[in-house]
Amino acid sequence: MTQLHLASVAELGRLLASGEISSVELTRHFLARVEAHRELNAFLDVRPETSLAQAAAADRRRASGESGPLLGIPLAHKDIFVTRDWASTAASRMLEGYMSPFDATVVERLGQAGMVCLGKLNCDEFAMGSSNENSAYGPVRNPWDVKAVPGGSSGGSAAAVAARLCPVATATDTGGSIREPAAFSGVTGIKPTYGRPSRWGMIAFASSLDTAGLMTASAEDAAAVLSAMLGFDPKDSTSVDRPPEDCIRELDRPVAGLRIGVPREFFGKGLTPEAESAVRAALDTYRGLGAEIVDISLPTASLGIPVYYVVAPAEASSNLSRFDGVRYGHRAKNHGDLADMIKRSRAEGLGAEPKRRILIGAYVLSHGYYDAYYLQAQKVRRLIGEEFQRAFQQCDVIAGPVTTGEAFDIGAKTADPVAMYLEDLFTIPGSLAGLPGMSVPCGFGPRGRPLGLQLMANHFQEARLLGVAHQFQKVTDWHRRTPAGVAATNP
Amino acid sequence: MALKLEDVGRIAHLARIHISPEEAARTLEQLNGIFALIEQMQAVDTTGLEPMAHPLGGAQRLREDAVTESVDRDAHLRNAPAHEGGLFLVPRVIE
Repeated sequence: MTQLHLASVAELGRLLASGEISSVELTRHFLARVEAHRELNAFLDVRPETSLAQAAAADRRRASGESGPLLGIPLAHKDIFVTRDWASTAASRMLEGYMSPFDATVVERLGQAGMVCLGKLNCDEFAMGSSNENSAYGPVRNPWDVKAVPGGSSGGSAAAVAARLCPVATATDTGGSIREPAAFSGVTGIKPTYGRPSRWGMIAFASSLDTAGLMTASAEDAAAVLSAMLGFDPKDSTSVDRPPEDCIRELDRPVAGLRIGVPREFFGKGLTPEAESAVRAALDTYRGLGAEIVDISLPTASLGIPVYYVVAPAEASSNLSRFDGVRYGHRAKNHGDLADMIKRSRAEGLGAEPKRRILIGAYVLSHGYYDAYYLQAQKVRRLIGEEFQRAFQQCDVIAGPVTTGEAFDIGAKTADPVAMYLEDLFTIPGSLAGLPGMSVPCGFGPRGRPLGLQLMANHFQEARLLGVAHQFQKVTDWHRRTPAGVAATNP
Repeated sequence: MALKLEDVGRIAHLARIHISPEEAARTLEQLNGIFALIEQMQAVDTTGLEPMAHPLGGAQRLREDAVTESVDRDAHLRNAPAHEGGLFLVPRVIE
């Protein structure tokens, strides 16, 4: 039998269905791995008794005749999703020890499908960052090289799946926070169409961009879980009202005849030769499978970063105004009147990056600057969205690099916020347009750290996207490679 | 257009974040770096374009004004820094 942590979600499902293993045994296996890899700092809150109780409940459901592809399968949640049974902190001091009165819709849906939660995953504070160095609880380490960042903001999700501490992790993407860490950590990441997964119970960063998604070892695993995760939620005012969807249905569809658009702007200066050759090799693989490679142009996409750094901070400054030290969260010990208490509580509870973004946002929304910044950014955002729609008349999916190169060292970019912001050059345009996007492992850089292929499709084409990724993974083994020691250890 | 030190103080006040003079000076430099990046989009001709607030368009959905669930007061108060008799406590506002 394959080692449990190297098995696919479908394989685990078969083992559970046949009774060869119980969910309690499976959960113990992964909890032991979580415990054995504390050095990665991927988890912020682990409560084994709670996880084992959920696993026992899944086993009882199965014993009473229930079945389902996810019943009894463990996962872990990014600490942006609120949970009743684990602290929900958004990796901020502001929310240290916060116990949510309710579960996020994503948590609830996956729980109803029978998935067992292993705990909460570290991330950049309030999902703001591209390296997971902005966590108030310390950086996450990349399992491929502990000197390297795992990417961010969903760095805990990426590292945990890369080290096979969990078969599935939830994640969130606002400007690239699923795809970039998936690429840096060598796992498969999917950000669905904006509005398809519920935002209810996701600690809000930028509401017109925030999208829940997944990290898994393969597109096939992601498809199984995504089917249970997507769907209309009346509690989320921007949730898209569409019927539930079977995301597995296009996995086996061949890519012969598929038109893959390659934006020439994504291969300009800044892209490292290793990332370029890995992506070009992946495109050759698709060509070999009968896909047609189409040269496309996205000239406005390069304005994505300036647009994003107006829109996202503006929305963040509004969303994070709720942290006032009154109803929940950190309250300063020494303070004067109410206004002073709020100012000092926010100064102490929030980290440098959230503060920076709140200040940018407060400025671009302030009197006299709103039109020049926020409105202008929203208009350029429309240009970017329209540009993608024109591109999708020439092609079915868009492919390119996720990042300019392999993961950088911890500490390499912390002194310069702008250098860090430029990390998301290739992922931000798709986020602004609300498109589904993936990162699929496609090679390694000069220091042996992973590289990712980005795939994007038009709105609501998640099933197609997952199929395109799966066809690549059927003929390549990048996604099966694991960091040193992962395949050898048991647990 | 570069921000000045007094702008940082004004913005921090708008954002209700206490900021020390040393922090303000450091923040000024960082914000100006970020705004230099942002300026790139200022020159784009956006005449006649509708601002995009939701990537899929459409108006904000309204829900029925119906009673759906009630708040579990204890579960909410559990996270409060200070509370008494079912109320959140703050420094005295009215003398």
